[in-house]
Amino acid sequence: MNAVPRRDAYDVVVIGAGPAGLAATATAAEAGLSTLLLDENAGPGGQVWRAIASTPVTDRDRLGTDYWAGADLVQTVRSSAAEIIQRATVWSLDRHLEVGISVGGVSAFVKARRVILATGALERPFPIPGWSLPGVMTAGAAQTMLKSSGLVPDGRTVIAGQGPLLWLLAAQILRLGGRIDRILDTTERWNYLAALPHAFAFMTSPYFAKGLAMMREVRAKVPVVSGVSELAAAGDGRLASVTYAASSRRETIPAELLLLHQGVAPNVNLAMAVGIEHRWDDRQLSWSPVLDGCGNTSVAGIAVAGDGAGIGGAGTAVIRGRIAARAAIEALAPAAAAKLAPMTTFRASLAQAVRGRAFLDTLFRPARQFRIPTGDTIVCRCEEVTAKDILDAVAIGATGPNQLKAYCRTGMGPCQGRLCGLTVTELMAQARSKSPQEIGYYRLRAPVKPITLAELAAVPKTEADVQAVVRG
Amino acid sequence: MTKLADAIIVGGGIHGCSTALHLCLAGMKPVLIEKDYAGRHASGVNAGGVRQLARQVAEIPLSIHSMGIWERIEALVGDACGFESHGQVLVAENDAEFETCRARVAELNALGFTHEELIDGQELRRLVPAVAESCPGGVVSRRDGAAEPARTTTAFRRKAAALGATVCEGVAATNIRKEGGLWRVDVGADTYAAPVLVNAAGAWGGRIAAALDELVPVETVAPMLMITSRVPHFIDPVVILRGRKLSFKQFANGTVLIGGGHLATPDQDRNETVLNWRSLAVSARTVFELFPIMRGATIVRAWAGIEARTTDDLPVLGPSVRHAGLYHQFGFSLHGFQLGPGAGAVMTELIVNGGTQTRIGDLSIGRFHPSKL
Repeated sequence: MNAVPRRDAYDVVVIGAGPAGLAATATAAEAGLSTLLLDENAGPGGQVWRAIASTPVTDRDRLGTDYWAGADLVQTVRSSAAEIIQRATVWSLDRHLEVGISVGGVSAFVKARRVILATGALERPFPIPGWSLPGVMTAGAAQTMLKSSGLVPDGRTVIAGQGPLLWLLAAQILRLGGRIDRILDTTERWNYLAALPHAFAFMTSPYFAKGLAMMREVRAKVPVVSGVSELAAAGDGRLASVTYAASSRRETIPAELLLLHQGVAPNVNLAMAVGIEHRWDDRQLSWSPVLDGCGNTSVAGIAVAGDGAGIGGAGTAVIRGRIAARAAIEALAPAAAAKLAPMTTFRASLAQAVRGRAFLDTLFRPARQFRIPTGDTIVCRCEEVTAKDILDAVAIGATGPNQLKAYCRTGMGPCQGRLCGLTVTELMAQARSKSPQEIGYYRLRAPVKPITLAELAAVPKTEADVQAVVRG
Repeated sequence: MTKLADAIIVGGGIHGCSTALHLCLAGMKPVLIEKDYAGRHASGVNAGGVRQLARQVAEIPLSIHSMGIWERIEALVGDACGFESHGQVLVAENDAEFETCRARVAELNALGFTHEELIDGQELRRLVPAVAESCPGGVVSRRDGAAEPARTTTAFRRKAAALGATVCEGVAATNIRKEGGLWRVDVGADTYAAPVLVNAAGAWGGRIAAALDELVPVETVAPMLMITSRVPHFIDPVVILRGRKLSFKQFANGTVLIGGGHLATPDQDRNETVLNWRSLAVSARTVFELFPIMRGATIVRAWAGIEARTTDDLPVLGPSVRHAGLYHQFGFSLHGFQLGPGAGAVMTELIVNGGTQTRIGDLSIGRFHPSKL
């Protein structure tokens, strides 16, 4: 592992060292392509295999066997010729396949012949009243603390939301001795019926037995309220209580920590900033890149693999990573491609891996009232714009997220819409009786993650200077 | 279906929207056609400078006229447009630059223009305390300032629509022709017909003019800008450098806009630009040197808007020299935002009265006529 790229050009640059990125890197490097793997975290693994190479949690049962499956793949990549840079923030990528990377406060550019984006997923926004209070955090953030530092909540804790990751997190917290006072399950009752047609496929998927066992394990230890249809956090300057409604029941419970989670959505920030074409996926209620069968995007030379291509989970991500890498190998080193398993083999594995996804997507489709807020609930946290502000702007002529900026600065703060984008699209679509596809999304631009002015100022002037620094 | 209008305006930038609004005020019913949405390109994403400072003499009368409108912008469009008037300051970084400034102000004074004022180092540091001790002075235009471009263009579009303009967004104007004494433009399934056609199509204006046999030497460019995270308030006026490519503006919310004319690569047909980070790094270095307070600020976004630049850096404004009823209002060459309100008012005078008191003769498309070249 090294701090700056050793070369100024690579056959393949892979962005993200989760399951898809690791698999793509392993495949590309094995075929002899010069491969650079860039990852933002301290170690490889992405979110699902976070801290796989460094976690202080040694009892394997506590994080589950799926977690430890990542270790083998990390080993393969580390023993390959691929160059891996951790704590590398990719802040720019353009259609000339130039990649802007920040490592340790220093930026450099590398050129690629192929780029594989494996940027994974982000947690879906959960805009309820009070969600910006200190003491309210996403389940993903809690899981990050748990995996990398073994930290679990010990105060009065409520988990609210739905989806496989919510149950996984609850199980992990409990196994590590953490405290959960209540789980508020927001899954809509109707979803169980809607998901039935997909149930058979799900029952034959690898998720079925594991998922069921995990929910049983959690329910044995924590009171679970099902059918929660209203949710609000309250407190003076920090979280003090959570109020919910379920069926005819309404209750306010004291809480010091509220963990929110209602599924994940593809992290499309970098792909969108390049100008890759995306479309609205109504089953997953998110944007996903338009891809061909090999993961290639509308921008020549750039492919997307893993959850960034549409949520599919770790198993699917690994296969998509291999498919994207195989396509790159076919293009850059056909002789090496001939030695690989044929694409049809990968596609058959992919078909197997995505089985059950329709069931999960349908069952855990987040309820409208938890995706599309009303009244004074904050939508854009950076600029403190409420749902009402946005509806007012729509009423006087704002037609889409980009036009909306002219009215109320949504998406113009430090996060540049990375946190509120989905909410704004769906809120405007509902207000204007249009589809999210018609409403569109923020036009994202680099830097995809902020860099300091000092760092940009230090970017070397000429190609020759760039190389001197990069090689130095 | 053919729909009749009093005027067809192609292009929903600040210029097209301003002309639409002023035509409505004059009692006409224009239709404005915008292939994307109002303010999608240069008009919505420029630096927002409201500047009379450092303009070519040929466009100063228009700029001064426009300034008067800016100062009552809220009364005109029903929105303050984020307009602030803290002046714009041109900084001379050395004595040679300062001498150029002195000559420039003397030239303007001789022509009767007084908006630019030579200032010494002391006054410079009073206006811009953060500026380096070594700068000998500069020029200030005290009534200048800045506004929020997308908000402004949107406000013009909205007010025009409220006053009766038909605004078609998201559909391109195609098949522009003159038939039976009327200009006709296809917009999707509809055709609009009007005695007057205004070409306010910005970066696309050159193509429209060329299709009507009026060639304007115009290139498509995309000046880059970046905005930083919030930093403590430290500067009021907009600052531009005499020698180096830099313009600099802190908004009331603390964010700082850095521009200056470094160019991205435009892709006009994709509506896209590819940023040149090495040029942006040059701007960052200049700011790093001049304003140490900015060193730790983060860059949250960089972008570029697509616009047209003519060979003489002056806009094309006025009637066609080939076709009756055709008017041009494009090619503002990276400094059209401030001119927008005034150009719409002047264009309306040309259309409605057949002439204007504002001196714009040097901006005529006639200067590019083959007989003049």
